[in-house]
Order: sequence, then structure tokens, then C-alpha cells
Amino acid sequence: MSAPVLSVRNISRSFGGIRAVRDVSFDVQKGEILGLIGPNGSGKSTLFNCILGQLPPDAGRVEVNGKTVTGMRASSLNRLGVGRTFQQLSVFPQMTVLDNIILAGQEHHGTMASRLFGPSDAGLTEAADQMIAFFRLTHLRDTIAGSLSFGQQKLVDAAMAFMAGPSLVLLDEPAGGVNLTMLGSLKERLTAYNAEHGTTFVVIEHNMEFVMSLCTRIIVLAEGAIIAEGTPEDIRSNQTVIDAYLGGG
Amino acid sequence: MRRWIRPALIGLAIILAILAPVGQGNYITYVLTSWLIFSIAAMGLNLTLGYAGQISLAQASFMAIGGYTTALLTLAGWHWMLALPVALSFCFVVGLMLGYPALRVKGHFLAFVTLAFNTLVFLILRNEEWLTGGNYGLVGMPRPDFGLFSTMKQHHFYYFTLTITIVAAVIMWWIVRSPWGRAFKALRENPIRAESLGVDTRRLTLLAFAIGSTYGGLAGALVTPLVQFIEPASFGVAHSLRILLMVVVGGAGFFFGPFLGAGVVIILPEFLRFTEGYYLIIYAALVIVMLVFTPKGLIGLGALLRDRFWGKRVARGDLKQGAQLK
Amino acid sequence: MSQFLQVLLSGLATGSIYALVAVGFTLVWQAAQTVNFAQGEFVMVPAFFVLVGTHVVGLPLWLALALALVVSVVLIGALFKKLVVEPILPSGGISLIIATMALGILLKESAKEFYGAEAQPFPAMFPTDPINIFGAVVSMQDILNLIISLGVVVLLTLFLNRTRTGRSMQAAAQNPAVAEILGVNVKRMVMYTFLINAALAALASFLITPVYLAKFSNGETLGLIAFIAAIVGGFNQIRGALVGGLLIGVLDNITATYITAEYRAALPLVLLIIVILVRPQGIMGTSEGRTV
Repeated sequence: MSAPVLSVRNISRSFGGIRAVRDVSFDVQKGEILGLIGPNGSGKSTLFNCILGQLPPDAGRVEVNGKTVTGMRASSLNRLGVGRTFQQLSVFPQMTVLDNIILAGQEHHGTMASRLFGPSDAGLTEAADQMIAFFRLTHLRDTIAGSLSFGQQKLVDAAMAFMAGPSLVLLDEPAGGVNLTMLGSLKERLTAYNAEHGTTFVVIEHNMEFVMSLCTRIIVLAEGAIIAEGTPEDIRSNQTVIDAYLGGG
Repeated sequence: MRRWIRPALIGLAIILAILAPVGQGNYITYVLTSWLIFSIAAMGLNLTLGYAGQISLAQASFMAIGGYTTALLTLAGWHWMLALPVALSFCFVVGLMLGYPALRVKGHFLAFVTLAFNTLVFLILRNEEWLTGGNYGLVGMPRPDFGLFSTMKQHHFYYFTLTITIVAAVIMWWIVRSPWGRAFKALRENPIRAESLGVDTRRLTLLAFAIGSTYGGLAGALVTPLVQFIEPASFGVAHSLRILLMVVVGGAGFFFGPFLGAGVVIILPEFLRFTEGYYLIIYAALVIVMLVFTPKGLIGLGALLRDRFWGKRVARGDLKQGAQLK
Repeated sequence: MSQFLQVLLSGLATGSIYALVAVGFTLVWQAAQTVNFAQGEFVMVPAFFVLVGTHVVGLPLWLALALALVVSVVLIGALFKKLVVEPILPSGGISLIIATMALGILLKESAKEFYGAEAQPFPAMFPTDPINIFGAVVSMQDILNLIISLGVVVLLTLFLNRTRTGRSMQAAAQNPAVAEILGVNVKRMVMYTFLINAALAALASFLITPVYLAKFSNGETLGLIAFIAAIVGGFNQIRGALVGGLLIGVLDNITATYITAEYRAALPLVLLIIVILVRPQGIMGTSEGRTV
């Protein structure tokens, strides 16, 4: 069996005296959709930021496809095939949807020099159009991204994360603030993408229903440590998890 | 806009620029030449500020570096065309170094660092008399001579400058329409998101400063033979402010903004000349009035700038997150 | 040693006046996110109001000073806020930078055109007799400048920390939304800040002009030095601005005496660049509120 797509080994991180993440380890295999849940303050955001290199962990390491990436800059991590979305709106508001999507792929094509002297779209218009069509945004292709609705911007954000053909995508609260109709289509598109490309997802989410129906496996954090792990059905009936949410939530 | 309108307008503008000095005296031609030169400087700052979102109050110091380098080399007998690449490379390297602070600080703090840099350059030009002639500056720089085409005449120098301006504009247009241009805009609008999509924001920030500064250097290299006299006072902070004003008035992030802005900022004082000593007062008052009543600048800029730098709306959401993470 | 003490004391005296300007600058920055590039001119102008009072109108000095203070508070305090900052602030930082720079030019050129380009002698409020402190010869003027400036900063700090209005002003600066909910009249508090800034600038003007003479270009260096003092000290703290001002005053004097007179102006700039890059929150500042 090949190396796991993402391997988190003994990550710890404290803020002042508070140990936000304590010795957390887990692996994610190719094609999995892993949900990372937990009550507020359980350390999942800190863990997420440690994995993404935005916050150096105090101890432990992170491997992507067998390569240690701990503390790596976001742009280098992205070039290794790690995409991400953001909790807040994270499109480029004054660029068109098409330009947003092309940007998301262009740094993976050619060199600095070829990107200066080569074609304006870095040869990506066709691929970008396909991605736009996949997320059913074709009618908005030439619209300025900042003028889209919140849910539409979330879709653009997700499309950007996939544009470079990543092997791993981390989704930071994809359902936050998205209305029900849009939520359904977001989940459906994510599942379809996963089925089509076998891309691995790690999802942080508060919306239980969304996580339970999207993910194939779930890890529950409480007070910085893993308290449960299993399929959505296991987690739903797990007494420790219920207690943690009722007690700490 | 229909496809042909834009090229037609550009063609018309170039024809107008070619016809502009015809039948005009030396003074008008001189003013038109300075308009072109300041357009180049503003074009550079427009890349740094308008496209890449990095504020700089030091563009005049790059005109100084380009201008003095060209002056010293041409006085030493070099041909202008040979002095130019030296001056430009020097500005590129210094601009790259000025970019480093931008990796650490943004907004007002970056404005202060670049302002301080401009003043330091000014002090060096004033104090190192052995090299720069101190307060008296340097005089007698020759205008470039190309055998069949000498630029000694004011009109000839205008066409020489116009040619260089067009070449510089074409190169700039190429940069901003290339994937680099898209990455510069991404850096301006949401650096954290850009970084997460594989954009090397550090390298781009440095490049934005280096390229913008090189354009400043080119403008300086043209000022030297135009005026044939340079002194530190021509490159103080007030002049950096003037170039910033050109970019803002014209519309930061718009390709043709700098030409419009430079036109207004250079030509407006000419109209105010009759007021003699009061022209700077009226000029400053007009700038304030403009900012109060038409904050969007001439090509509709205010709102864009606000979102880009100090805005608290869409583009900023993620920056706040980034700030919390550190 | 006595020479060093002399350099130190006169540096502190100038530095304390820089501190007044830097404190005002900091207050306005905190309350209205306004980096006032005309701050130097705000210090240059009140001296000319005094000169107009004594020379043109023929008022006694004390009355001219009092009137100049009032006029300054109205013009560079209230009107500055109403006519420049309020309308332009919503269009963002760069517009405001340009507007205050333009205002600086406006004030400078006005002083030059309407009063004259020559440096004008300015009546000293204090005797300039030299006095001897442990072998160091310092003027009475320097000592009094130092005492008055420090006294004003101390009083201001007490006002901000101990009085209801002062605390409301701080609340309005730190978190306008919450302050508004708590019943603080934020707009009025911000206005007070501008008035205080104008008064501090006027005071600094009265103290420093006898030393430098009244000249339209005085603001150029003063403004820059005040910014630098504010930033070096820590943008968001009065204490920081005070320390920054004193530090710049002393360092400037030491550089000019012992190292290089030509590059004395460069030292604060280099210090500024180093501080911004190494410790952007300033020497005394805390890191909060620094994200622009």
C-alpha cells in the first residue's frame, strides 16, 4: 500500500499556557473524505493551520505523500499538490471568475520566465472553462467575482482549490454561511469531484448534517486531542462524542 | 467595448502625441516632454501601487538614481544609450532592496519606510559633493546623438522621448497582460489566498518594486538630457508625492491612468501660472477639494483603492484571519 | 563629561518638544486612523499667528499667544477635522495621505506668500541666560522648555487616564463601536482629540520657534521627526511617543556634535527604518492595533 496522502504525526501546539493541540496523529488515505469536527475551542482550527504551515507546531510533523512539509510556506505546499479553501470569502474580488480560476492554475504551469513571455492565459482557458462548467458557473464566467453572491463565491473558492489538480484539498468550513440550496449543490459537486478524480479531502465543519453526509470517515477532537474516530454512523452513536458536545459545546 | 475601439483610440492618441508639438515653441514642447517622462515614472508606480498594491513614496528617488547615474556616465563620455542600461540595472537592484521592507510591513508603515528612503537618497545627493556636486547639482550633460538624428533640438528630443515612452508602455502592457499581471493583481487583492494558490508572493512583491523602480530610473535617465541640469531638490519627497498624485488622479490600476494623471498634474500648474506665487497654494487646495468631492479620481479609483489597501470589506476578510494567525 | 551632559540636556529639551508633536500625532492616529503628513506645518503655523498678533495688530505678547492658541485650535483642530479628515477618511488611507501632504504644502506656501520667505525672529518667552549644571552650560530656556513639555505630557496622561472624558476618549479610540453602545459620544471624543492635537502643536510652536526662528519651511523637518518619534516610540502609546521624542532629540544632538553634522538628519531615518523592520510595534508599543 502506498504512503498515505496526508500523515499527521504527534502534532502539539500551545498558546501561552493553553495546549490547543496535544499530540495528535492520524493518516488520510487516497480518495478519503475525512471530517474533522469538535466543539468550539477543541483545537481543530489550530490543527488545520499547523497542517497548512500557517502556524508552526511546537512538536510533531506533517507529511504529504510521504514528504515532510512541516512549516513549509503556503505557496510551496500548494505546489506539492495541496489545495485549500478558506472560511471567509477568499476570491479576488476585482477579477473575473475566469481570471480567478486561471490564476489558481497558472503558477503550476511553466516557469517565471515562461509566464512572462508566454500567452496571457498561460494556456489555461480551456481547463478553466471546464472547471467553471463543473461547478456550474459558466453563466458567470466573465463576471467580476466580488459581485457574486456569497454561495457563488464559495463555489469559485472551491473551484480555485481544485484548479491545479491537487492530490489533497483542505476545506475550511465550506458550509459556513451558505444557504440550503447552494449547500446541496456544493456537497454534490464535492462528492462528484472526489468520485471522478479520487482527490483526498479533509474538511473542518460545524454543520453536522453536512459533514455526516459528505465524509467517509470522521475524527472528533476535544480539548486538543482525538476522542473518537470512525464512520459517520459510529460517530453519531458514540457516547463520548455526545458527552463532549453537550459538556463543552 | 467593441474590439476595434481600443486600438483605434490608442492609434488616435499616438497620432495626437506626434502632432502635439508641431508649430509649438520650445517651451510647450518642453512641457510635453516632461509630461511623457512623468508618465513613465507614474507608469512604474502604477505597477507597484495600482496593480501589485504596494505603496511607495520613493519614486522620485529612483528618478534621482537613474538621473544621476546617467548624468555621471554621460559626463564621463559614455553614450546615453550605453549609460541607460547601467542606470536601469542599478535602479532595478535598489528597487529590489526597497521591496524587502514590504515583505514585513504594509500600508502606512510601508509608506513611512519608503518616505524615509527617499529622504536618505536626497541627503546623500546633497552631502556627497565629490560625486553629485551637492546642492549645486550637475550641469552640461549632453543630449544623445545618433549620427543622423541628433536630439539637441527640443522637438527632436520630444520625438526621441515619445519613442522611448511607447516602447516602455508596450513592455508594461505586456507585463500586466501576462500571467505576471494577473498574479500582481492577486497579490493586491488577497495576498494570503494568492500564496495558498502557489503564487510566490514574496518574489512578486520584490519584483513589483524592482520593475516599478526601473521605470522611475528610466524617467530619471530622460530628465537628465532634457533639463541638462540636475540637483537634489528636484527629487525630494514632494516629487514622490507628485508622482503618487499622478497615479491616484489618473486612476491606480488602470493602464492609461498614469498618462492622464501626469497630464493633469504637469499641465494644471501651467494654467495656474498667471497666479504667480500663489499657484502652489491653489494647486494644493485643488488637490484637497478633488479628494473631498471626487474621491474616485478621474477614472474611478477611490473605491478600488479603499478595498485594496485599507478596506474593511470582502478583500480584507482573509487578511484579518492572517493577522490572527501570526 | 560636562560637554556630554550639555549635549544631553539640550537634546532632551528639543526632544521634549518633539514629544509634544509626536503625542498629538499619535492621538489623532489612534482616534481617526489619520496619519497627518501636515503635522510639521501644524507646528510651523501657530508661530505666524503670534507674529501677526504682535507685529501686524500690535497686541502684547501674552495676548497674541493666547489668541494664536485659540485660532490654532479652531483652524488646525476643528476645521482640519471637519473639512479635510471627515470627508476624505471614507475614501481610504492613500487619499488621506495625499490630502494631508497637500494641506502641508498649502500651509507652507501660504506662510511664505502671506508673511515672507525670510526667517523671522520670534519673541522668547523665557530668558536665554546660560545656567551652569554640574559644569554643563545650558540655557534657562532649554530647562523651562523641558519642564513645560514634560509637565504637559504628564497632565495629558492624567487627563486621559483619570477623568471621565479622558477615559471616554480612549474608549472611542480603541473600540468606537463598543464605546458608542456604552453611551460615549464618539464623534465628540474624536473631535476633542483633534483639538488637543492642535493645542499641543501650538504649544510646541511657541516653545521651539524662539530657538529656530519663524520660517515657513520649519515644518518639513519637524513633521518628519515627530512621525519618526511616534513610530520609534510605538505608534499607539503616549508614553512611546514621549520616549521616542526624547530619544530622537538626544540622538540628533549627539550625532551632530560627535559624529556627523551633514548626516544628522539621516540618523532618525535610519532608526525609523530599523525599528519598523525589526520591531514594528515600536520600542514601547504593544503589537495590537498595528495591523493596518
